[in-house]
Amino acid sequence: MFVYYFRLGLRSLRRNPVLTALMVLGIALGIGTSMTTLTVLHLMGSDPIPWKSARLHTVQMDSWNPNAAFAQPAEPPTQLTYRDANALMQAARGDRQAAMFRVALPVQSDNHALKPRLVTARATYTDFFAMFEPPFEYGGPWNRAHDDAHARVLVLSKATNEELFGGVDSVGKHLLIGGLDYSVIGVLAQWRPSVRFYDVVSSSAFDDPEEIYLPYTTAVETNTGTIGGQSVCWGNVPAGREAYLASECVWQQFWVELDSPAKLAAYRSFLEAYVGEQKKLGRFPRPLDVRLPDVNEWLTSQKIVSSDVQIQAWLAFAFLGVCLVSTIGLLLAKFLRKSGEIGVRRALGASRGQVFAQHLMEAAVIGCSGGVLGLLFAWLGLLLVRGLDPDLQAVARLDWPMVATAIVLSVLASTMAGLYPTWSACRVQPAVQLKI
Amino acid sequence: MEIRPILSALMRSKVSMILIGLQVALTLAIVCNALFIIGQRLERMDRPSGMNESDTFWFGSNGFGQGYDANAVQLSDLALLRQMPGIAAATSTNSVPMSNGGWSTGINLQPKQKTSTAQTTLYIVDAQGLDAYGVKLVAGRNFKPEEIKTVKFGDRLQPAAIIVTKALADKLYPDGDALGKQVYMDEEPPTSTIIGIVERTQVPWVDAEFIDYSTFVPAYMPYGNSTRYLVRAEAGRRDEVMKEVEQKMSQSNTSRIIGKMRTIASVRSDAYAGDRAMAIILGTVIVALLAITALGIVGMASFWVAQRTRQIGTRRALGATRFDILRYFQTENFIITTLGLLVGGVLAYALSLWLMQNYQSPRLPWYYVPIGFVCLWVLGQLAVLGPALRASHVPPAVATRNV
Repeated sequence: MFVYYFRLGLRSLRRNPVLTALMVLGIALGIGTSMTTLTVLHLMGSDPIPWKSARLHTVQMDSWNPNAAFAQPAEPPTQLTYRDANALMQAARGDRQAAMFRVALPVQSDNHALKPRLVTARATYTDFFAMFEPPFEYGGPWNRAHDDAHARVLVLSKATNEELFGGVDSVGKHLLIGGLDYSVIGVLAQWRPSVRFYDVVSSSAFDDPEEIYLPYTTAVETNTGTIGGQSVCWGNVPAGREAYLASECVWQQFWVELDSPAKLAAYRSFLEAYVGEQKKLGRFPRPLDVRLPDVNEWLTSQKIVSSDVQIQAWLAFAFLGVCLVSTIGLLLAKFLRKSGEIGVRRALGASRGQVFAQHLMEAAVIGCSGGVLGLLFAWLGLLLVRGLDPDLQAVARLDWPMVATAIVLSVLASTMAGLYPTWSACRVQPAVQLKI
Repeated sequence: MEIRPILSALMRSKVSMILIGLQVALTLAIVCNALFIIGQRLERMDRPSGMNESDTFWFGSNGFGQGYDANAVQLSDLALLRQMPGIAAATSTNSVPMSNGGWSTGINLQPKQKTSTAQTTLYIVDAQGLDAYGVKLVAGRNFKPEEIKTVKFGDRLQPAAIIVTKALADKLYPDGDALGKQVYMDEEPPTSTIIGIVERTQVPWVDAEFIDYSTFVPAYMPYGNSTRYLVRAEAGRRDEVMKEVEQKMSQSNTSRIIGKMRTIASVRSDAYAGDRAMAIILGTVIVALLAITALGIVGMASFWVAQRTRQIGTRRALGATRFDILRYFQTENFIITTLGLLVGGVLAYALSLWLMQNYQSPRLPWYYVPIGFVCLWVLGQLAVLGPALRASHVPPAVATRNV
């Protein structure tokens, strides 16, 4: 019976192609814009590491100026000082932990055809790779011994390996950084989390991950390159490197992996005790404020999903609403035009339910075709979004859940839109229509 | 004018009327608010930075290798730049407006103040600084070459003389006598004297509340092994000069990497990319929305015309002119649109309130809704014109036909 209704629906739609085109176009435009904005919103707000986002926590401690909060209303700094990050690393009270910061390093390779260039780099500890699980193509991360020995080793991103070594297994090969010799210990496979959640302060959270990784201890010792992130200080600006490292300037990120709620509570107590000790030394003048947000809490508090994207999504859905109202009107018009045919069918024995099903199917067919066309519009829309805002390269793409959502949404929406017109069509009295 | 027959005809097909009215109402609400947002963004993007944006570009130099003397490189680079033809002015600097990166600090009128009198950004330039930025001095004087201190990276700046923007000068000294006054850049002495005031220069962060409070500081201060330069080319010669500078700079010193040369125009473009995207996306939605509403009206009106062919024929047979029929449909559409617009006006303000509460947008100005009214009236009338004209061509003979 459904196949029969399907064919009936198609024939009816073909009878008035202009009206059909109008309805399909209306739904397609509405679905297209809604899916474009919804995709961006969904991917921006999605969990970048769902299998362990609840176990990874970043540390915030309020070491700030007693006269003014870091940010309104009473927010602690978004990064840690060198002193505090180091102290937490030494204490090693989490299951895993890594202090880190971003630098820009001048890199020269043996290949003289390649000009030296400034690359973005992340200075971190070995636990970074165990915690955030970037996949390796060749080799592996450095280990604790390398951290302790200030070893001059590097992990390259896939793109950097292709640029510097043509994409081959470059483990063991050498690069010059700031005139010092480093050797490659691992090369990552393609890795681009939707949000660079472990560092949303240094640069846009949607920027590519860094091009190389090196041990934190080595980076601090060699002091090459320039800090590639944000450094915020209060009080007197320190003069000289030693003073800077001892100062209250915040410029480092710190992540810790805590595998159970009990461990989370224990770590929080440890942090509060640490702040207590520091207060005795005259630091941390503000009231105690220690935070351990997990990945999603961190992304929410840092407002990763911009309000622009949210407003766009709301307006797009309002637009979809208008398209649906338009579709209701057009479907109503169409079905009422067919009153004569419906009258004949009813007179020949079709029940109200059958007429209802037939016309609902027609509405669903419109929804389906509108959905498919709408997906095309969404694809074009995302192309436009990527062109307008290069930051959104990873985030403005259709994935299978979104495609499925588009089709389901359009069929559901058009079916709902078709409910009233279909019900009106059912109420047609055969006798009235059959009179001449 | 036969309003009553029109109204009673409408009452018979209430649902269709409500649907069209609802479409018009939602369209008005969305279009008014979207247009307002677009207008705000365009205004934001239009704010002048105060510097010359058409002839300027900047670039960085990053030294590598041991024993790299960034201070010496800075001076020799500037000497080389100032010799090159086509360059009107060149300065070393740490940042430019709209670049989203730089130094910010507080300025105080008293030592050891708890909270700063004002927040500002520092542009660390030399004697050609103001000239290279292209900012206008409105009071006082420029830095003298002997006032430019050489500072090692990490040392305190402590400039004896500074130049501030007029907005900052007015903030610090509302009575307008900032020139010659001394301010604290640090918690303790020494102070810095304001020796000059420029008309306007924005800070690097376009969202900053203190966007017009900038300070020029006379110093040669590299950032580690990294130095940056801002160059103002002679009018119309920026692109050719940029290529030459890149070449000459790379050749002159092989122990450093010349970073990407960027024009200030492209810095502005990048800074406002998000706002531009918002404006374009909203603009597209507005156009699509108006199209859908217009097509909806056309579709509905066509249906009504087809439905009422008999009635039209009868009226024509009874003596109505073509123009009467046309006027009938236009008036009917006008009534529906007006009812829809009234509801739409309320929805527009409701939507504006919601945006104000959740996204801190400003209130929708009063004139958006009336202008929206007029535009949608015109749109509706134009949309119904086609079907109405078709209706007016229905011949009177239709009334007498039986089929």
